[in-house]
Formats: sequence, structure tokens, C-alpha cells
Amino acid sequence: MKLRHFLFVTAATSALALPAQAQNILDWGANRDIGSLDPYSFGDSFTINVLNHVYEGLVRYDRDLAIEPALATSWEILDDQVTWRFTLREGVTFHNGNPFTAEDVQASLERVSHETSPLKGNLPAYVSSKVVDDYTIDVTLNGTYPLLLNDLTNIHIFDRDWLVDNNAELPTDIGAGVEGYATYNANGTGPFIVESRQPEAQTVFTVNPDWWDEAQHNLDGFVLRPVTSPATRVAALLSGEIDFTNDAPVQDLPRLEASPDVNVLEGVDLRTVMIGFPFRETLASGEPNPFADIRVREAMYKAIDLQLIHDRIMRGKSRIAGAVVAPPIPGYTEDLDTIPAYDLEGAQALLAEAGVPEGLSFEFNCLSDGLVNEEQFCQALASMWSRLGLEPQLDVAPRAVQSPKRTGGKTDVYTLGWATLPMLDSYSPLIQIFHSKEGNSGVFNWGDWSYPELDALVQAAGSELDLDTRLKLQNDAMRIIKDNHIMIPLHQQPMAWAVTPAVSDMPLFPDNKPRLWFARMGGDG
Amino acid sequence: MLAFLLKRTANAAFVMLAVAFLAFLIFRSFGDPVEMMVNEQATQEDRAELRERLGLNDGFFTQYVRFVTNAVQGDFGISYRNQQDVMVLIAERLPATFELVLVATVISLVVGIPLGVITAVHRDSRLADALQLTSIVGVSLPSFVVGILLILAFSVTLGWLPAFGRGETVDIGWWSTGLLTPSGRAALVLPAVSLSTFQITLVMRLVRAEMLESLRADYVKFARARGVPRRRVHWVHALRNCLMPVITLTGMQIGNLIAFALVTETVFQWPGMGLLFIQAVTFVDIPVMAAYLMLVSFIFVVLNTIVDVTYAWVDPRLRDDTAKAGASNG
Amino acid sequence: MADRTDTAPVAPTPTSRLARLRDSDLWYSFRAHPSAMFAAGLLVVLALTALAAPWITPQNPYDLAALELWNSEIPPIWSPQGQWPFVLGTDVQGRDIFSAILYGSRISLIIGFASVILALTVGLSLGLIAGYFGGWIDNVIMRVGDVLLSMPFILIAILISAIATASLPTGLKSALAAPILIVAIAVPSWVQYARTVRASAMVERKKEYVQAARLIRVKSWRIMLHHILPNTLTPIMVAATLNFGLAILSEATLSFLGVGMPADQPSLGTLIRIGNQYLFSGLWWIVVFPAIQLCLIVLSVNMIGDWLRDALNPKLN
Repeated sequence: MKLRHFLFVTAATSALALPAQAQNILDWGANRDIGSLDPYSFGDSFTINVLNHVYEGLVRYDRDLAIEPALATSWEILDDQVTWRFTLREGVTFHNGNPFTAEDVQASLERVSHETSPLKGNLPAYVSSKVVDDYTIDVTLNGTYPLLLNDLTNIHIFDRDWLVDNNAELPTDIGAGVEGYATYNANGTGPFIVESRQPEAQTVFTVNPDWWDEAQHNLDGFVLRPVTSPATRVAALLSGEIDFTNDAPVQDLPRLEASPDVNVLEGVDLRTVMIGFPFRETLASGEPNPFADIRVREAMYKAIDLQLIHDRIMRGKSRIAGAVVAPPIPGYTEDLDTIPAYDLEGAQALLAEAGVPEGLSFEFNCLSDGLVNEEQFCQALASMWSRLGLEPQLDVAPRAVQSPKRTGGKTDVYTLGWATLPMLDSYSPLIQIFHSKEGNSGVFNWGDWSYPELDALVQAAGSELDLDTRLKLQNDAMRIIKDNHIMIPLHQQPMAWAVTPAVSDMPLFPDNKPRLWFARMGGDG
Repeated sequence: MLAFLLKRTANAAFVMLAVAFLAFLIFRSFGDPVEMMVNEQATQEDRAELRERLGLNDGFFTQYVRFVTNAVQGDFGISYRNQQDVMVLIAERLPATFELVLVATVISLVVGIPLGVITAVHRDSRLADALQLTSIVGVSLPSFVVGILLILAFSVTLGWLPAFGRGETVDIGWWSTGLLTPSGRAALVLPAVSLSTFQITLVMRLVRAEMLESLRADYVKFARARGVPRRRVHWVHALRNCLMPVITLTGMQIGNLIAFALVTETVFQWPGMGLLFIQAVTFVDIPVMAAYLMLVSFIFVVLNTIVDVTYAWVDPRLRDDTAKAGASNG
Repeated sequence: MADRTDTAPVAPTPTSRLARLRDSDLWYSFRAHPSAMFAAGLLVVLALTALAAPWITPQNPYDLAALELWNSEIPPIWSPQGQWPFVLGTDVQGRDIFSAILYGSRISLIIGFASVILALTVGLSLGLIAGYFGGWIDNVIMRVGDVLLSMPFILIAILISAIATASLPTGLKSALAAPILIVAIAVPSWVQYARTVRASAMVERKKEYVQAARLIRVKSWRIMLHHILPNTLTPIMVAATLNFGLAILSEATLSFLGVGMPADQPSLGTLIRIGNQYLFSGLWWIVVFPAIQLCLIVLSVNMIGDWLRDALNPKLN
């Protein structure tokens, strides 16, 4: 058992020496490693993003983030309104040579929606699927649902035979204590093939010569190297040890821009950074909870100097936000995007009016491996709220440590960044964050609030197929969020990538996902 | 001798059992592992069912026995974070740490021994005083500060050596080595130097102390009287006598270096076991933490036992002493 | 190594022992070593400024309400953009580096000192008990020591600190951060003291004066405290001084690795960890000054320890 692992690892890593001789190998220095080679056993946007180079969905985003056909060539909604029929692409093969058919789609949809899959929430409407013929499949949903295609962009398609042969039809079950085959091995249809993987050190991808689509990139492969320390990442970029990073530290941008050896790509991410409040009876400490009072939330909002955070912590690179979604997201309107003036006295008056005792202590839960400069802006917020007369207990730790506290309601005020991925629609935060916590809805409603009128609007939008009507419903729902300060939006965070001159084209996407199948290196390649 | 050997082995086994107990306590004390494993959508029933399957509802002793039984077979389960077999994960990182420690040890001997001899032979000279002072500075500089300074100087400012990683590696069987490629050797320089600073001063001080005693010994005086050149007396006769303690120290320090490598590995993002461990600590990846603790302690205990046994082999008196002390204690 | 005390055959009285520590030999040696005098002077200055931090710093870096974000990233006073009163500049939160260093030194010194005292207390008591009573008590204590010594020091400290921090409720975390570190550093270091004292106690308890004291029913703890303990003070004192430096280094290392003092109560190690993120962004003062201060503290302690070892080692005199 153990020996088999060793032999496999050896075989995989020794193959590494060959492609290193080839020309266009892009060295990608990421701020973290992917969690697994199995996207369905590890619910995490970055892991899915990287594995999208290996696995593909039925549909995908093009260079302008519009949905286009991928493994499916066309689709239609059947008369019952809840069944979608997909026609699949012919002549596609997996990296192991197996042909791609409808059975693979069925196995993949079943696998991702399985009980133990951490990703089942990414395909919430799925009920069952039926193979019509080799290249046709019917997918049945639990109701009319407008956003199936958006969901499917990130549902990767596995090879059924490969899953069966390797006993990996189900996602890795951590409770069983046995490593899943797909955790260490990958077999997709995508533009790149996983050559070898050494967790936390490097994962090597080589180009798939038999890819069904015409390649826009000119890479022979790429190597993903996690370089977690920001300073080290900058040093590696300056010395040319890496060609590309999707996380250039904001504070180092002036230095990187000044260097002739680095080109900085900047933009504003779609991810909106928000502050959430508890609506429970008591705080984590057992004291009565004042945050359910709207005056307290408003006071906290007014005590935040958003401009100062933008100027100093975010170095002028963020976009101050008043709405919970970014402007490009469907459902956004400008009138939602207003911010209150910084007003410390007014805030203190509100707090007094609400009868909050001086020096009220509460937990403020932040991630050390979460948003851009999160630790810094959390400290700045804690400092601003201290001046308001409160006593925030700043609690900064990695996501793995904080998540159980957040989901279990064992903390008070918290941060949350939401980019509406992979849906790219304002329905995403409405159903996942702001809806009351019931079933698959309100999974990220960590403050336990409930606004029935908001729930009604969101549910109506969830089964509305007319786009304009749906967006109007969603807009109304976001108005309720704003009027009640359910969560406080701070900013859309900055996004900074950096490449060396060896990379000639690297399109920057507002969802902050590198898509190396559009990347080009060198002049002639 | 055999009795002594058995006794030492039994002792080592006992220590390992106790370490296993501590590792097991870590498992138990880090709250509810189920909370760390399940995703946000899991229901209460899901959690209860997982708890049952993990055997968390069994008695304390049953769980401990199961943990030790699995650990003896090298089975620490799968990582909470990577879902990969923990022993494979660690085994992959072992070569990186081992090469780093090996090179740091070589550096410490190559630099430390001559410095020790010089400070002893030229005792009270200006040079020796300066070296002594430098050695105090050496033990006073935190190794992470040394690492940061080295990066600032040789990577950022001068651009001579890489700031992170292992460079290109070559696989020999399941062992991956960076010693065979130019980039691998270049990447090794700064981390190894930074890890060896503390060790250099240790070796240097030990050699100095031992040399001072040797130089006073009769056989050295005889050698001088016989007309053997001063240089030869110092570097061969006297030094040879100091080597045994130096070898002992080096052997026993290897365990410490492996542990201390985690600081160096963090600074240089060196993909060794230490970096794996630190990441496991920040992510509360308990199986990895427990396995690392067990492995490093095992190396420690084995080295100590070897040193003790070797000593007893060389000097039978130690055997008797220990046996007597053991008897009177028991 | 060779730090064993001469075990005097005659029962020494505590006063004579203490007097010997203060006697002219040691003082003379101190006066004869300029490096020791320099180190002692430096340490006194560093310790006094650290302890007096609340009265001599322009800012309390632990008071969140005192940090003004618009004062962030001011360089040291001698550069053109420098601003009074931020002599050594400010960090990204507007925290005055000079104040942060003094408060950080205070934490580092307190944790180092307290952990040595704790380890000494535990180590001496357990060592005395083990050596004096022998038998199964001795066996249990020494076996626990064996187990602790079979794990690397830094590993034990990291684990204790990480476990304690992970299992505490947030409200208590910042209040208990320093005590946790004190325990984490003391746990792996008491064994050394215990072993030294035990060895000496085992020798002493067979001596006639102890047997005599027993016969006239002097209480055990009196014998231990008044007769056995003073005998071992010399090597213990040297070890404790050197361990003081080691403890400060360990605290800094843990904080640097992120398992020590939190960012809102930074020790020197925390300041270096935070500053390390800005190594390339031109904000060198955030990392350089705390690093210098840390090195100076440890260096002065080690120089004193080194001198003490040489001065008290009869072989070298």
C-alpha cells in the first residue's frame, strides 16, 4: 500500500526532467498551493481555477467573460421547464486517450453533487441526469432555474471509466482516512496535462497536444510554485526565478513598476469586501448582543474612514464600495453604491442613543490568509472602532482555524469577501449570504439574520427566467440590505499581477483568475 | 554488553511510547477534528456519522492503542488539508531537509574546527579574542534574522544567489537531490549557511575547550619534547583527541538541526519537512503535526541511543555505572 | 560539559555561599573584563528603557485608539520625510517604531525572565525531590525529563503555544498570550536544572551532615533548601543566564513563526515578522530597528553569561 505510493511518486517526478528543456515553460509563483488535484474533494476557488487548465466544463467563459460552448456544443430547455438537454462535442479525448461521452458527464454531475462533496453547493439545482445517447444528456433540476450555465462553467468533467477503474467515483472521504486516487492524479480534457505534483513545492503541467480546441497560447507547459511569503515572491520575480505571479503585494507595486524586469498588471477585482454582524441573542462571550440594533451597525459604519483605508492600507488601488456587488455584476445599480460620510461624533451619538455601554467588548474575526491586506485593514478597523468607544478583540488566524468558528456562530463581527464566483451574478450573494439560513440557502449567513421580505424577493428571482424582471427583483433585495446595513461593504479589493518581460501576453480577468490558455511567451516562441 | 544494548533499546521504546502519547494528546486536545474536516454545508447528522466512523466515540485507551498501532506501521492517516497520505507527504519532503542539515553540518565542521583550534592555540591573542567575541555574536543572532540579512545582501542587492526554493532537483530512486544541478547547489548555499551559524559556534567552542585540555596533557608535552613540530602537535596529536566529543556533539545535534531547520525553511521557503510542519501548525493539520513530531523524536531517540551505545562500547566502565545506577533506582 | 561543582566535604552554610558569589574574586574578574562591563551596562540601559517604556515613549502601541492611520509609513527622523515625534519612523498602521521597540523589548525581557524563573523553580524543586528521595519518585520525574529531552526544544515550545492558542476562546487569547509563551518555553528547559540538582542531591544525601540532620529530625525540605541547594548554585546560575538569552531568542522565534505574540501586542519577534513582509517595499526601518534591538539584548545577556561561566569555572582560573 505505502510502497505503491512511493513507486508512483517516483515515476511522476522523474518524468519532470524532460519538459524542462522545452522553450516556453511559464513559472507561476502563486501565493498558495492548490489543495488537491481533485476539485470535487476540496471546495476552494483557487484550486478549481488552476485545475480548470486540466479539467473543463460543459461551458466556459471566453476572454470577455461571456459564456461560450466548451464540452457541450448546444443546449435547450425542454417543455417541462426543468429539464435541460445538452448536445456534447464529438471527437474529444481525455488525457489518457479515452473518448469523451455523455456517461462521463453523468458520472461527473453525480460525483460533484454527492453527499460528501464539499462542492455540492456549487450545483444546487441538480436533481438527476439521463444519458440519451453518447452525445446527448438530459439534466433535470429541482425547478426553473436561470443560472445553470453559470454554475456549469466550474463543474469539471471527469472520465467515468478512469474513476471506476481507480475506485474514485465518489469524492475523497476524509472520514475514511484513505487518500483518494484523484487527489494525486488527474485526467481531464483540458489544454494542459498534469506531469507531476509535489504538494507545497511544485506542480508541473505540460501542454496537451491533442486538445480539441485551437490553442491561443504558445506555452509548452507551466509550473505552479507556491511562494507564500509576499517578500519572497517579489524577490523571486525581480531575480527572474518566476515569470508570473497572480498576487503581487500591493505595498511592493511601486518597486515592481520601477523595475525594468517586471511588468505589473493592475485592476480592480470583482471581490467585494464586507463586514458582517451577529444577529443572535448573545455575543460569543455570553453578553447581550447589541448588533441586531440597526443604530449600532450604522454607528460602526460611520466610524469607518473608508477613504483613509483606501489611501493607506490599499495604497489607492482599491475601489470604495457602497453596494455588495461590483459594478460589472448583473443586478448592480449606481444608486446602491453610495457611502455615508465619515462622522465619528455622529456615530458616538448613535451608539449612546442605542444604549451601548462604553467599552463594549466583542470579537472581530479576520483571516490571515484571506483578502488583500486583510490583517492590516482589520487592525485599522479595530483601531477606528476603538476610537468610537468599543473594544474589538481582534482575532486573526488562517481560514482553516476561523471557518469552524464563523459557520458555528462562535464569533461576533467578521470579514467576508464575495466575488459572485463562479456565477458572476448578484443572485450569488443573495442566495448564499443574505437569504435566511435554511437548507442550501444562506450557507454563508454567519450572522443568523432573517428578513422575510428579502427571502421572498430572492426566491422569486431564483425561478424567474426573464432577465430584466429577475435583475429588478435582485436589485430590490439589495436595497433592503443597504437600508438595513445587514453587512457593511468596504471596497472592491485591488488585483495586481506581475509578469517578467518573457511573458508577452497575460490577459487580466476581473474575477482574478489566471487563464494561461490565453497566455503567450517570448517573441517567436 | 548485550544486556546494556537491550536496556537502552527498551528505554528508547519507552520514550517513543510516551512521545506517541503526547502526539495522541495533540489529536485529542485540538478541539473537535470533525469541525475541521466537514465543509460549511454539513448537517448535524453528517457530523455525528463522521464522528462515529472516525472512531471518536470509542474509549480513550482504545483510541490510543489504535493510534500507536497505526503509527508503528507508519500510518498517520491522511492530511486534513491536502487529503494526501501523511507519511508520503513527509517522505517526499525528507530529502530536502536532510540535504540542508547535512550541508549545514559539514559547513559547521569545516569552519568550526579550525576556528576552535586557532582560538585554543593562540589563547589570549587578539585574534582569539576577536574570534571569541564573534562566536558570542554568532549565538546571539536569531537564525531568522541571519536569513533575512543574507537574502537582503546576496539575493536582493547583489543578485548572486536565489532567495527561495530548492532549484532544480534530480531523482535518484525516491530520493530527490539538489546537489547534482548548478541551480540546486546555488539554492542550497544561503539556507545552509544560515542554519549553520549557531552550529559553527557550538563546534568552535567545544573544540576550543577540548583543545585547551589536550594541550595541557602529558602526551602533548612529550611530543613537543620529542621534537615534533609545533604545528603537527597542535593539528594532529592534540586535535585527534578532541574529535570524539565533536563527533558526539555533531551526532546529537543533528536532531536539533532538523528541528531548527523549520525556521530556516520558513525564511527561505525551502520545501522541507519543517516548512510542511509550520504550515500544518497554521492550518491545524493535526495528522501532519503528529507524524512530524513522532518522526523527529524518533530520529532524536535513535541518535541518542547510538551515541550512548557507542560510548559504552568504547568505555566499558560506563556500562557498569549505568547498570548500577539503574539497579539502585529500580 | 565540565561545569560540575567542587562538592565541599564540609557542610556549607547558606550565608557563606551567597557571600562567595558576591565576594571580591567575582567582582575583580568583572572589573577585569571590559566586555562584561560593557555588556552589563548595555543590558541595564536596555532593560531600564524597556521597563520605563510607558513613561518615555510618545505613544502606547498597544492602545488601538492611539494609532492614527494617517501617520503610517513615516521614515526615521533623519530622512527628509521624517516627522517628530516618530524618531525611528512608523509602520503601516501608524505605530511608532521607537515605542513599539521599547514595549516589544519589555515583553521579550519579561517573557524571557519569567520563563527562566519558572523553569528554575520547577527544575530545582523536582530535581531536589528526585535526588533526595530517590526510588520511584526519582524514576517518574527523570523519565518525564527523558521524554522531554527526546524532543527538540523548539518543537515542544511551538506545539504548546499552538495548542494553547488554538483551544482558548478569543477573549482570553490576547490576555494569556504572554503566559502561554512563558510556559511553552519553560516546559522544555526545566529538565536541565533538575538533572544538575539531582546529581548533587544524590551525592549530598549520603553525606554525614545530612544523615545527622535527619537523625535530629530536621525537616526534609530544610535540608534540601539549606544544605543541598546552595551547593549547586554556581553551575545553575551560569546555565540560567545563558538560558535567559536562549529564552528571549525562543520567544522571538515563535513570534516570528506566527505562534507567539499577536500583532496587536507585538514583541520584537512579531515586529520582525510584520516588517519582513515589507522587506522590498523600501520600509526597511520596520524590520531593521527591531532586529538590531533584539540582537543587542541577546548579545549582552550572552556576553554576561559567557563571562560568568569563565569566571566561575575553577578549571580555567
